[in-house]
This record gives sequence, structure tokens and C-alpha cells, in this order.
Amino acid sequence: MSTAEMVNHDRRRFLTASATVVGGVGVAFVAVPFLASWAPSERARAAGAPIEIDISRLEPGARVVVEWRGRPVWVLNRTEAMLASLPEVVGDLRDPESNESQQPPYTQNSIRAREAMPNIFVVIGVCTHLGCSPQYRPEIAPDDLGPNWKGGFFCACHGSRFDLAGRVYRGVPAPTNLVIPPYTFISDTRVLVGEDSEAA
Amino acid sequence: MAASPENPSKNNRVIEWVDARFPLIETWNYHMGKYYTPKNFNIWYAFGVLAAVVLVIQLVTGIWLTMSYKPSAEEAFGSVEYIMRDVHWGWLIRYMHSTGASAFFIVVYLHMFRAMLYGSYKKPRELIWIIGMLIFLVLMAEAFMGYVLPWGQMSYWGAQVIIGLFGAIPLIGEQLVVWIQGDFMIADATLNRFFALHVVALPLVLVMLVFLHIVALHHVGSNNPDGIEIKEKKDKTGKPLDGIPFHPYFTVKDLMIIIGFLFFFALVVFFAPEMGGLFLEHPNFEPANPMVTPDHIAPVWYFAPFYAILRAVTFDIWFLDAKLLGVIAMFGSIILLFLLPWLDRCPVKSIRYRGNTYKAALAAFTVAFVMLTFLGTQPSTPLYTLLAQIGMFVYFAFFLLMPWYTANEKTKPLPKRVTKGSPLLSFPFSSSDRDS
Repeated sequence: MSTAEMVNHDRRRFLTASATVVGGVGVAFVAVPFLASWAPSERARAAGAPIEIDISRLEPGARVVVEWRGRPVWVLNRTEAMLASLPEVVGDLRDPESNESQQPPYTQNSIRAREAMPNIFVVIGVCTHLGCSPQYRPEIAPDDLGPNWKGGFFCACHGSRFDLAGRVYRGVPAPTNLVIPPYTFISDTRVLVGEDSEAA
Repeated sequence: MAASPENPSKNNRVIEWVDARFPLIETWNYHMGKYYTPKNFNIWYAFGVLAAVVLVIQLVTGIWLTMSYKPSAEEAFGSVEYIMRDVHWGWLIRYMHSTGASAFFIVVYLHMFRAMLYGSYKKPRELIWIIGMLIFLVLMAEAFMGYVLPWGQMSYWGAQVIIGLFGAIPLIGEQLVVWIQGDFMIADATLNRFFALHVVALPLVLVMLVFLHIVALHHVGSNNPDGIEIKEKKDKTGKPLDGIPFHPYFTVKDLMIIIGFLFFFALVVFFAPEMGGLFLEHPNFEPANPMVTPDHIAPVWYFAPFYAILRAVTFDIWFLDAKLLGVIAMFGSIILLFLLPWLDRCPVKSIRYRGNTYKAALAAFTVAFVMLTFLGTQPSTPLYTLLAQIGMFVYFAFFLLMPWYTANEKTKPLPKRVTKGSPLLSFPFSSSDRDS
């Protein structure tokens, strides 16, 4: 008998296939720690504590920027005129009801803020397109933003536009409204960002 | 002459000793001494060698930079300034590395354009093209991560935008972004892993792919400006009639071109290392600040054409929003390049003998590519967005319509042997004296 006749091909195919499968499972298991090690470490997870902001000296029309979880959070004290402009722009917005956008349920309204203090607007200042921080542009109809500009936020990176409630305009690259973080008023002059009583 | 090129081991006992234990002469002959190269090469055929030279510059200067650089969010920016001011000759080594990055893309883009001019991606060289495209992809990842390392404003916000691209993927996007960043924002963990990838993982992959690129090339042999196979016409001994050994003919020519290239390279390194903000962008001289985005974010010039395509998509189609569509268009524009060997159905390789439709299409594509490169570095205005949309349309039409406009091209008859071509593009000294 020659060597070729002695080879049991079925047996060889079975052994090759089973060794490949077992080896493949082993490789998949070994890959887990390497892939999982890319996820945020325990220290990074622990670093997201809530922050307290004093709004007693925030003039109408003024905005403060604070850092929360490494991202800019804006607190804007909206004037009466600013609040009045919100219904005027609804026709040009992509998601005026905030149905597709991220916010706590108590801010899913026409002003995107807690009813208790409608003038105080708390929002994460990160464009929902690719993560730039938009500029605060409260002035009416400046040269570069056109005659229909009623004040809002403009992302210079890719030209996305948001109104004074962080709602995105149509025809810009950003898909959704600016994200509103959980927040609560602990007094008339202090706001706590990162935590709310409802969610707890 | 101590040793003839035919048998360099003659009378050399060291080489004889090695050759009995390692295929030294065989390897040398296969890749250099008896690698027959078309004698009608023009200047376009220099960019492959130049890319290899830049790779060596990047590896050497990169290794030296890691000796003083600190990959941490706290110290990175300061350590780069330390290299620039306090490390002996640190400024020179860093400028060589930063200029090298741009030089790499200049020669690689010209190298790819050469392939499009002379049909070098066509059968039997499809794999060379595919490996080359993989090199291009890895090179882009390598350049992007390298740009993050100085941890300036552009590093930080550029990383924000590029990693943000993955957030556009439905369902898993947000988690994927966190996984890539290693934190809930671009942070120390991101910088640290980019450093590991930039200095260890990707260079290893890059060097390996370059090796495979050359192995595949030397297996099938080089194309040439006439786009005809020199292996089809051989003399009695089996040498291609229109081929000359790579060494010494092209090693000497390449050496001269390398000297010319290094002259211009040094000019940039010493007199315009920032290139007016094109090679090193001005906002990157400010430390990264997660609270403030610079007014105008622009990628470095070599990413600009693809960035312009990303930005040009400002419209929704069906259920796909503009953000996801932009990302699809950007990656699609690169994937189409991979498919080039199968999109082009014209059997004639070289532009010299191809029809006017292809010549016009390639010209339009070139104009669109250059225009997109410019637009990608500019702030977005309504006019520029419109121009970018036109450029994007031409870019995609060039590839997607190619199977049709190249199917029945009116080509010119091919020559039987290679020709001299334009004297303007030929090498400074002719190699046709070995025409046997």
C-alpha cells in the first residue's frame, strides 16, 4: 500500500476541523482581556461626580462654562426677549419637540429647562455632530450668521446651528439637539449638575 | 572591479561562508542584481523609492523623539516644547519628523497618481495596489495618532472630531467611542494608547506591508509608462529585451533623485517647517483645552480632501441623517480606491494609449481632488459647501461610472516595444544604450 492509500481523509478532516474550532475558541477567549482593557478604567469611571454651580451673580443674557466629566457644561440665564424668540424659530428646527434628542424628561418641553426656573438653561456644550464646542452667539442677525439669526449657538467646525434652547436647525450636519445633563436646583441661587431627585 | 555583478561572491570567502548558510546572492540577484526593470521609466517612477526613504526618516527621527517625549496629558505639550528648546538638536529632529509626515503623503499621493496614469493597478498587479492601499490606510491612522501626541488644541479637537466619526454608527456608536477613548472624553488614557499604537503597533504593520508590497512587485515585475509587459519580449538567455538590472542602473538614478528630494526636504525643515500653518497648524501651539474649541478646526492638508467630503454632506436621505451619511461618504471615498482594478475595464494600461474619455475623467478627478484638498482646510461657508458638494460628485462619478465609460474606450494601438516618451519627464541621462 502506498502512503496515499493509507491516509484516512475523513479522520484527518475531522481532526483538522475540531482542532481549528477548539483553537479558535481559545483565541476568542484570549482576545477578551485585550479588548476589555480598552474600556474606561475603574478610576476613570469613578471620576464623574456631580458639581454645584452658583448662579446668584449670573446676569440676564450671561453664560458660565463649567467642567463636568471633562466636558463643558453651559449655564445660561436667558432674558425675556430670548425666551420670547424660542417659539418664533420652531418652523426652522429639525426636532422642536426634542423627541429624538437626549434630555431628562423634566426638560422635554418648549424651553428645554425645568419649569421652576425657565430662564436658567443648563446644557452640555458639545455639538451632537462631531463633538466640537459651539460658540455662544446671542446677538440678533450678525453679518456672518444671516438676517434670520435670533441668537443661539453656532458650531464653527462644521456650521451646525442651535437656538437658545439648544435645538438644532434644519440643513446642518448635527442630527439632534444639544444634550441636557440631569440637574436640579438646590436653592434659588445654586444648581447641581449631574444629579436629580427624579432619577434617584 | 573587485566583484562582478554577475557573481559578487567570487574570491570573497566571507560571502561564500554566508551564502552557504543564507540565500544571500540569490536574494540579492532576485531583488537587485538580476531584477529587470523597464528601461523607459520616467520621473513618476521615483516616488516609491522616495516613500521608502521618508519611511526611514520617520522611523529614525521617531525613535529619537520618544527618548524625550512624555505620553501623558499633563506632560505631553511641555515635553514637546522641551524637545524644541532644551534638547540638543531636538528642534531639528522634531521638524524632520513633522515635515516627514507631510512629505510622506506628498510622495504617496504622487505614487498613487502614477499608478492611475499608467494603469499600474491592472492585472497582474491588483494585489500590489491592494497592499498599497492598506499601506495608505495604516499611514493615515499613523499620521492621525501622531498628530494627537503633542496635545495641542488641534491635537485634542482633531481627535474629538475623528473619534466622533465612530459615534455616527447606529446602535453601538456611542459605546464604541468610549471604548476607543478609554474614558468618557478624550483624556490621558486616549493619549497613552495612541502613543503605543503610533510608536509600536502601526509602524510594525507598516513595515510589514511595505515588505509585502515589494515582494508582490518583484514577483510580477514593474509596469512602465507604456503599460506593456517587458517580460513578453525576451532575448535568448531569458532576459527581457527592454529591461535593465535594477542594480546598478536604477540604484544610481534613484540615489540622484534622493539627493534632489533631500535638498527640498531640507529647505522645508530649515526655512518653512510650519509651511504657513499647513504642516503644523497654528492652534496646535496652544495646549489642549477641553472647554474651548478653536474657531476654525481644519485637519492637516493630507486629510483635507476626505474631510471636505465628510463636511459636504449636509442633507438627509431617507432614514439616514447627514452625520451618518457624511461618515459613509468619507469612508466610501477611500473604499472606492481599493476597487479601482475592477472598476476600470479598459485593457490598455497607459494613459498614452487610452481614449479621450478616460483622459477627461482623470483630469476632472484630479481637479476635484485638488479642490477638495483646498476646501477641507477652509472654514465652511455656503459657497465652499456647494463647491465641496460638486467636488464630491465628480469624485464619486469618476469611480462609480468607470465601468461604463471605460468599457468601450477608443484606444490607440500599443507599441511592440517600450518607447522613449516625453523628454521632459525622462531621466536626466538615458539608459537606452543597452538596447540589444
